[in-house]
Amino acid sequence: MAGKSALSDVVQKNGREILSAWVQRQQTDLALRNNLLQPGELQQQASDFLTAFGPAIERGGTDSTTGEAWSPVRDLLSTISRSRARQGFTPAETATFVFSLKRILFDALQREVKDSTQLADEMWKASVVLDDLGLYTTETYQKGREEIINRQQQELMELSTPVVQLWAGVLALPLIGTLDSARTQVVMESLLQSIVDTGSSIAIIDITGVPVVDTLVAQHLLKTVAAARLMGADCIISGIRPQIAQTIVHLGVEISDVMTKATLADAFAVALTRVGLAIVRKG
Amino acid sequence: MQRIPILKMGPYLLVSIQVDMDDRTAMALQDDLMEQIVRHRARGVLIDISALDVVDSFIGRMLADTAAMARVLDADTVVVGMQPSVAITLVELGLALTGVRSALNIERGMDLLRSRIEGPGIADGHHEE
Repeated sequence: MAGKSALSDVVQKNGREILSAWVQRQQTDLALRNNLLQPGELQQQASDFLTAFGPAIERGGTDSTTGEAWSPVRDLLSTISRSRARQGFTPAETATFVFSLKRILFDALQREVKDSTQLADEMWKASVVLDDLGLYTTETYQKGREEIINRQQQELMELSTPVVQLWAGVLALPLIGTLDSARTQVVMESLLQSIVDTGSSIAIIDITGVPVVDTLVAQHLLKTVAAARLMGADCIISGIRPQIAQTIVHLGVEISDVMTKATLADAFAVALTRVGLAIVRKG
Repeated sequence: MQRIPILKMGPYLLVSIQVDMDDRTAMALQDDLMEQIVRHRARGVLIDISALDVVDSFIGRMLADTAAMARVLDADTVVVGMQPSVAITLVELGLALTGVRSALNIERGMDLLRSRIEGPGIADGHHEE
């Protein structure tokens, strides 16, 4: 098929010119963002892409970019777009990497292909391929972003549920951030395990760092308290801010059977009394 | 059908559940417990479930019912040694066992029972037949 080879011929024959024109174009496009990339990184990525692109057209054709022959190109693109997602590029800027090649490729085709029908045909093919690849870039960019978000969520979850022992038999659980079902599960598990490990009989759940307490969060708190009670440990909820106290009452949340204290210090004093200890001033 | 042994110690009855309970075993245990409470005039019942990895809603309800029935017969019930996973399951099932008192281990459970039952002037063994 003459049409098929023309595009790849053009790419392979004019590789050097296309590369330099393309890199230059991207540098103008990304003028403001150049500081995000290492020097030479763009050049390297563009040259890698072109090296893979030419053979891919030749072997895989332009009808679809999902075949075996295109997989080096796709792998390369997904690496590039993932690294761009980490570097802080926007999706549009990431997709521009592929789309900016269009103009350069069209120019090269115009120079090489003289027959106007064939030229239109080639341009259409190039356009379809590049659109496909551009979309693929955006897709992997999105996936890369989602992976980052998931990982951060996981880290946040692990970071934000420490159970600390304030005294022999007294545990504290300073909660920071919103409580959702998944976090409640983690909180509950780590609290109950600590109760078993330390043989504690009282646990203080401090919600100073919880921004909003709605009915759902309150329900999660009550569940945690109920589970601890089943294990034989009493819970005190502390760190209730004035607004939260108001919200709880306005929402009609029934937490009267749980002991609540305004500050962690108050709760600690109660806990010490429960385990039969007192703090006295020296001298 | 397995029967779960009930041990008498002073005014208390001790039950340690070491096998996976099916519903019939649970009901038999409930029957036996009530009988023994009346026969020995027991004032406290301690149920150790530390060996149970799974507690379904039926067993959970049985525990709550047992505590309520024992209450009617003037005996306190303490459930001890519940595993964290069991506690979470029961809460998720909506069974907070509000009428049942819990303790972390047998020692704490006995302390709890003693503090409730032994008022001044009641010596150990007072309730023996």
